[in-house]
Amino acid sequence: MLYFGDLLPYSDVFFGGLITTVELTVLTTFLGIALGTLCAVLRQYGGATPRRIVASYVELIRNTPFIVQLFFIFFGLPAIGVMLTPWQASVIALTINLGAYSTEIIRAGLGSIPKGQVEAAKVLGMTFRQTLTRVIFVPAFEKIYPALTSQCIIVMLGSAVISQISVEELTYAANLVQSRNFRAFESYLVTALLYLGLAMMMRYVFKLIGKRLFSFRESS
Amino acid sequence: MSLVNLHQVHKYYGDFHVLKGIDLDVKAGEVVSIIGKSGSGKSTLLRCVNGLEEYQKGGITLDGKEVTSEDIQVRRLALSVGMIFQSFNLFPHLTVGENIMLAPTIVLNKTKAEAKTIAEEMLEKVGLGDKFDRYPEKLSGGQQQRVAIARALAMSPKVLLCDEITSALDPELVGDVLKVLEQLAAEGMTLILVTHEMNFARDVGDRVVFMHEGKVWEEGNSKKLLSEPETEELRQFIGAVL
Ligand SMILES: Nc1ncnc2c1ncn2[C@@H]1O[C@H](COP(=O)(O)OP(=O)(O)OP(=O)(O)O)[C@@H](O)[C@H]1O
Ligand SMILES: [Mg+2]
Repeated sequence: MLYFGDLLPYSDVFFGGLITTVELTVLTTFLGIALGTLCAVLRQYGGATPRRIVASYVELIRNTPFIVQLFFIFFGLPAIGVMLTPWQASVIALTINLGAYSTEIIRAGLGSIPKGQVEAAKVLGMTFRQTLTRVIFVPAFEKIYPALTSQCIIVMLGSAVISQISVEELTYAANLVQSRNFRAFESYLVTALLYLGLAMMMRYVFKLIGKRLFSFRESS
Repeated sequence: MSLVNLHQVHKYYGDFHVLKGIDLDVKAGEVVSIIGKSGSGKSTLLRCVNGLEEYQKGGITLDGKEVTSEDIQVRRLALSVGMIFQSFNLFPHLTVGENIMLAPTIVLNKTKAEAKTIAEEMLEKVGLGDKFDRYPEKLSGGQQQRVAIARALAMSPKVLLCDEITSALDPELVGDVLKVLEQLAAEGMTLILVTHEMNFARDVGDRVVFMHEGKVWEEGNSKKLLSEPETEELRQFIGAVL
């Protein structure tokens, strides 16, 4: 019958995997949103060429499986002389993936800002960069914050795939443990619960950050 | 001396000829009302004056300097031309005070303290001294528009362009905004306003410019022009709005 006691000796393995997943997630969430923001700005306000390049990037990533993107970066790139550690390949793959999806989301936010806001900033003498950072970004991100939160969580969950290139994250730990103690049901159940906990925690952290960033909504 | 001068300004949107040779001269301290039917090019005219739109022929000078839509010029222009829009365009994530302080701090490089003093002074001027820490969405339309005026004034412009700034307001709020404009006019501010408020144009304005089909169709002293229009088109227009 079910016996979770067999997992106890492996709690360090689970814990290590959990930490790795958290580290990867924190890092790639920052990098991915930064990349997505940059691309969204280019897509929304850039010239024809940058717009086309960003559009191609977004389509390429959104229409191919993540695991293929990962394998391409880790196994494919060495063929042209780009050798990456599994960790590096994972960070790059996850960042590029989140970058593409968040580009579309953030662009929708930028698009929701009335043209008058930009013109008002312009006639007050602000540069485009000042207009972006001081006038556009906060309301734009507020608009799409729930969608962006969900996307970041999706990417965190999707990071399970990188166990395939032997990054010792949470799913890798589960695979390892169940291959040792043959307790597949218990191992994966615990792992699923850990992912669930991570996802809920991320939502909570995003909410706290959002409360700070968009405090203007609540105050009088 | 002329503060704003337009000489044979032509503007096209693609093939569409919007402004067909506009001549206009506005002196410092003048209050000029631009009236005319929808689509006659009133907004376009204002937007050419502050560089928001390019024009293809002719010239516009401000204080003797050429106006083009080059971004850098717009920034120079911002120091002398203020603009207020029909749709207020306050920044929703900033308080009233922050809305006013933003450009003085990041464009004019004033210190926070200096900007705050200016903001308080301007808010006082538009009768909203107690709203400094409010967010725009908590204000009525009339109050928001007065904040927008204060925000423009904080850059100490030489001329203020107003594009139908009372058109989006409930009728009972229009008066408060017009009162602020009247007070500015009395203090000697140069105002160019597109408006449908004929009473305001007549009583406060010095001059009325009637635009029709992309041209200055008729212009002159506001009281005289509105009571004794010379052209049939202006007569019809006045008949329609009064
Ligand atoms: N960005 C644009 N592209 C193409 N045509 C435009 C553009 N902006 C305005 N127009 C056209 O130019 C003409 C003049 O527009 P403008 O906004 O200056 O008129 P207006 O006199 O301000 O009218 P209203 O009283 O309705 O505000 C209109 O026919 C309008 O459709
Ligand atoms: Mg108009």
